[in-house]
Amino acid sequence: MKCHHCDSQATVHLTQIINGQMHKMDLCEVCAQEKGVTNPDNLSIGSLLQENHPKVDAGTASMTCESCGTTHQDFKKGGRLGCEACYHVFRPVLEPLLDGMHAGINHLGKVPSRSLRKKTVDEEVDVLRMNLKKAVEEENYEKAAELRDCLKKLQTKTSSAPKG
Amino acid sequence: MFHDLFFSKSKGKSPKPCPIALSTRVRLARNLSEFPFPGRAQSGQKKAVLSKCMEALEKVHPLQSCTSVELDELSELDRQILVERHLISLELSQSDESGGVVLSNDHSCSVMVNEEDHLRIQVLGNGLDFKKVWKLADELDSGIESTLDYAFDSQLGFLTACPTNLGTGMRASVMMHLPGLVMSKNMDKVINAVNHLGIAVRGLFGEGSDASGSIFQISNQQTLGESEPAIIERLQTTLENIVHQERMAREKLMEDDGMRLIDKISRAAGCLKTCYLIQSSEAMDHLSLIRLAADFGYLPEKFRALADRMFIEVQPGHVQLSAGQPIEPGERDRLRATTLRKEFVRMPQLNLDAQVD
Repeated sequence: MKCHHCDSQATVHLTQIINGQMHKMDLCEVCAQEKGVTNPDNLSIGSLLQENHPKVDAGTASMTCESCGTTHQDFKKGGRLGCEACYHVFRPVLEPLLDGMHAGINHLGKVPSRSLRKKTVDEEVDVLRMNLKKAVEEENYEKAAELRDCLKKLQTKTSSAPKG
Repeated sequence: MFHDLFFSKSKGKSPKPCPIALSTRVRLARNLSEFPFPGRAQSGQKKAVLSKCMEALEKVHPLQSCTSVELDELSELDRQILVERHLISLELSQSDESGGVVLSNDHSCSVMVNEEDHLRIQVLGNGLDFKKVWKLADELDSGIESTLDYAFDSQLGFLTACPTNLGTGMRASVMMHLPGLVMSKNMDKVINAVNHLGIAVRGLFGEGSDASGSIFQISNQQTLGESEPAIIERLQTTLENIVHQERMAREKLMEDDGMRLIDKISRAAGCLKTCYLIQSSEAMDHLSLIRLAADFGYLPEKFRALADRMFIEVQPGHVQLSAGQPIEPGERDRLRATTLRKEFVRMPQLNLDAQVD
């Protein structure tokens, strides 16, 4: 049996069942090592599964994260992302993978308290902005001025607060 | 010497015995917001992450008055010992720069820095006890988060280098002793069945499922789309099922050909008392049968605890630790045998009239 990635003799036979779907893969020792199969803690399913989605749009092939330099090719090969910003850059190629990889695609677990505080402020800003837009549309300038002041106050508060 | 810390701890003190489930572990993967993940970070960035994390960790309960070390300071043997005790991963032990680990005094908590992710928070407990272990891991994580900014996304949860860890970043696992399922050749069926439920089965050191000593690490595979308590509950239900299957397999082995099993156990006991050269995998298989004998009541309880302690002490790093220096494999086999003979010399004959567990 030949390796899924090169023409060498396959010695590692991997079967994984994710959400009831069986994924089989035969790899040679070298590719298995490279893909982290021999160390299941670091198994890069992303790179293994990409063989099941071999067609990638020309648009995604040139994707690069400006923040850390990770390319779409890097992600395909190693199954790892390089930084927080990668999750924005590669989201279009990542999302279809997540569906098969996890129980769902939305986080339902713990939320760090710092990001919770930040989120509330962000949400408040969004609501104020929406109301401001509405007030301007309704030509209620008195209310709009009030809302604008609130918004300014909130924004100065968050930017002057210690980071995080 | 750093490993003195372990030598004193490993003497005499054994974990509380618990049949079938040996230990529970919860691991959380976290990254700092402003830095690239370790795999992409420049040397200077990794150094900055290390010092930032080490400084923050030493202030967090229960890591105060902990042991914190940078991997560069450790010998190869020290690293191997930490891996054998499951306190650091193989990946971190091979890290070439800016890796670190912080250990609580009782070794129940360890935090790895600059592994695949900036932080790998790990809490270990005896037996099957997710409630306590998760609570501690959660508190530790919150404590760390009060001083460090995590990379977090409201849809994808905690952002990790590998998307397989996204969401909760949590891997919850239990180390289980399943000789009944192995001997009755049912382990493959169990692995297949639990894989369907998004649960992974690995060997003691994650190197494949036909683990020596019939010890398996069973953990959740999926981290996104469920809350931590939901993941744990699902895992717990599966584990209880496996315990049930293991008990049935043991009963059936006894019913079908009890004398063969007793013969096997007794030969293992004989071997541990009389061997002069023994490799770690053979030792593990014999220790597994001693543990089983204690579960059946053929041997006093204390021999289960002894087997559990020896599972670690027969590992290559620990044999060298007791020798006080790195030694060749052949010499290790001799030393390992000497230790086992000494530890098991007073083991009594099997008490076959005892009640089955």
